[in-house]
Amino acid sequence: MILSMVTTLAMSVVAASTPLLIAASGELVAEKSGVLNLGVEGMMLVGAIAGFATAHHSGSAMLGVGVAALAGIGIAMIFAMLSLSFLANQVATGLALTIFGHGFAALLGAGYVGISAPVLHPIAIPLLSAIPVLGPVLFDENILVYFAFIMLAVIAWFLNKTHAGLILRAVGDSHDAAHAMGYPVLRIRYAAVAFGGAMAGIAGAYFSLFYSPLWSQDLTAGRGWIALALVVFSAWRPLWLLVGAYLFGGITFFSLYVQGLGISVPSPLVSALPYVGTVLVLVLISRDARRIRLNQPACLGKYFHATA
Amino acid sequence: MLFRLEPRGERSGFWSIGSPVLAILLTIVTMMVIFALLGKPPVQGIETFLITPIANVSGLSSLAVRAAPLIMIGAGLALCYRANVWNIGGDGQFTMGALAGAGVALALPNGAFWWEYPLVLALGVLGGMVWAGLVAWLKLKFNANEILTSLMLVYVANLILVWLVTGPWRDPQGFGFPQSAMFGAGATTPDFGSTSIHLGCALAPVLALVLWQILGRSVLGFQLRVVGQAPRAARFAGFSNARLTWIALLVSGGLSGLAGIIEVTGPIGQLTTTITPGYGFSAVIVAFLGRLHPVGVIFAGLLLALSYLGGDAAQINLNMPNAITGIFQGVLLFYLLGADVLILHRVRRIRPRATEAA
Repeated sequence: MILSMVTTLAMSVVAASTPLLIAASGELVAEKSGVLNLGVEGMMLVGAIAGFATAHHSGSAMLGVGVAALAGIGIAMIFAMLSLSFLANQVATGLALTIFGHGFAALLGAGYVGISAPVLHPIAIPLLSAIPVLGPVLFDENILVYFAFIMLAVIAWFLNKTHAGLILRAVGDSHDAAHAMGYPVLRIRYAAVAFGGAMAGIAGAYFSLFYSPLWSQDLTAGRGWIALALVVFSAWRPLWLLVGAYLFGGITFFSLYVQGLGISVPSPLVSALPYVGTVLVLVLISRDARRIRLNQPACLGKYFHATA
Repeated sequence: MLFRLEPRGERSGFWSIGSPVLAILLTIVTMMVIFALLGKPPVQGIETFLITPIANVSGLSSLAVRAAPLIMIGAGLALCYRANVWNIGGDGQFTMGALAGAGVALALPNGAFWWEYPLVLALGVLGGMVWAGLVAWLKLKFNANEILTSLMLVYVANLILVWLVTGPWRDPQGFGFPQSAMFGAGATTPDFGSTSIHLGCALAPVLALVLWQILGRSVLGFQLRVVGQAPRAARFAGFSNARLTWIALLVSGGLSGLAGIIEVTGPIGQLTTTITPGYGFSAVIVAFLGRLHPVGVIFAGLLLALSYLGGDAAQINLNMPNAITGIFQGVLLFYLLGADVLILHRVRRIRPRATEAA
């Protein structure tokens, strides 16, 4: 009885953390290359509707996830073109991406309100899923939960252990030096932004195809922004993203728990917990300005214009 | 690549005005393409979107009503962005202003005191200032990124609003609808004559002009510009960055709060679960389109207000989702940011290598 309760609660933590982990790890790569893309929320919404519509028409949730990734890349390329080729301010362009994404997703989704689509089903991993508690929580989940873990490991390995990852970090820390050494700064940044877009799109599809599998206009409810906050929280280190995402999942779990106990806290106030929690976490982590300065990619948000 | 951007070395006066004009034209063309893609006649579509809504007097007064909050919030955001303070939480400050003022309006006996309405407005301003002040405090004391904190506070403010109108402040005679009682006559924003134009429509441009005078003529305005454009120079000159951050956020929070309380005591007349269709975010576009200049903000506010009316008109006349408003706004900001490259750069054709060497 208690075991099954623990299992259910732990699963809700995983469910709430996964989209954040996916979106934040994509944004982490973009930021490591020196590009601050504030459009995560917009890309997630576009991914969510693209995935939902595809799954609805094709009957395949997996195809939906794939199309969501492509849609995320597509809309991220608008951002990349403006901020990288046209040297537009990255903060403003990212905001524009979110505003546009909201409108675009709402327009595409206008015909899909109240319609259902196939959802992502859990895939049990043989043997491992039989472990009590841990089994169902970690090894009997939908494919995107596994994807989130695997991608995080791949990103950590790529950034820290490979030559390509070193170049990407060099571009983010000093684009002038990287350019002088002959690395194609803009092309690398385009690729990093595209990767961030794909991950945000997939995170969006997680919402529309699993977490709350119906289309509504504000489906992601600010999770894209929380993912951005997580990147700051992690101080640009992949493994800390995991801690941050699960901390957030824990806050969500806590709010469910409070409601489950029947304590009479009005539910809108409980729903505000994740947002308040994000502010608190940001405050705790940003207090040490030196630590942020040491870890933040030095060229984050700055534009690059090759003169030679 | 066939073209290359070359730094001008100075700001182009022509393009800082030309860029928004170019962006608006490109947006109109893009909207026509979108109408065509959605199977609507493009010319009729753009006419329904941009002209039909303001073709008569009642349309023009709706435009003024929609523009008022956009201009007030946008003018404050322009001030923030000049100082490099990225406040994007206008909607939260708007909502908290509305709540602070509404609390008094609902508590006081209706119309018993002449000072009721001024007090309600003052509390609206204060509510917005507190919510934005929180952002300033978190930024200065804890170094927390203001983009993220101001945005998170939008969600928090909205959930507080939902809690109040579904709980403590719900109208007992409201048949269970999530809304407060209507505000009494003593706490209602006055209309001009029989139109829907209200006090806020006059106040918004006046406040923008006052802000323009303050920015243009005072040391404070000068300091804000220096901090925004050359933070290092500002430090050497001894300008207090903290003080300017406080001022920028408090002024913009106060303006957003005022917009909020005027909106709920005027056009809406009560608190409901949705008191803003995203004015705080549209106001970001207003600020940029208006070149971070209070006078520019007035014009930009009118255009963005038109996009809301256009969305409604497209929904009624062309049977389109009114999300078309969001598309218009997003596309407009994209083009604007793209065209702004021309302010600091000129476009040069890259000639074939042989001639380049010569």
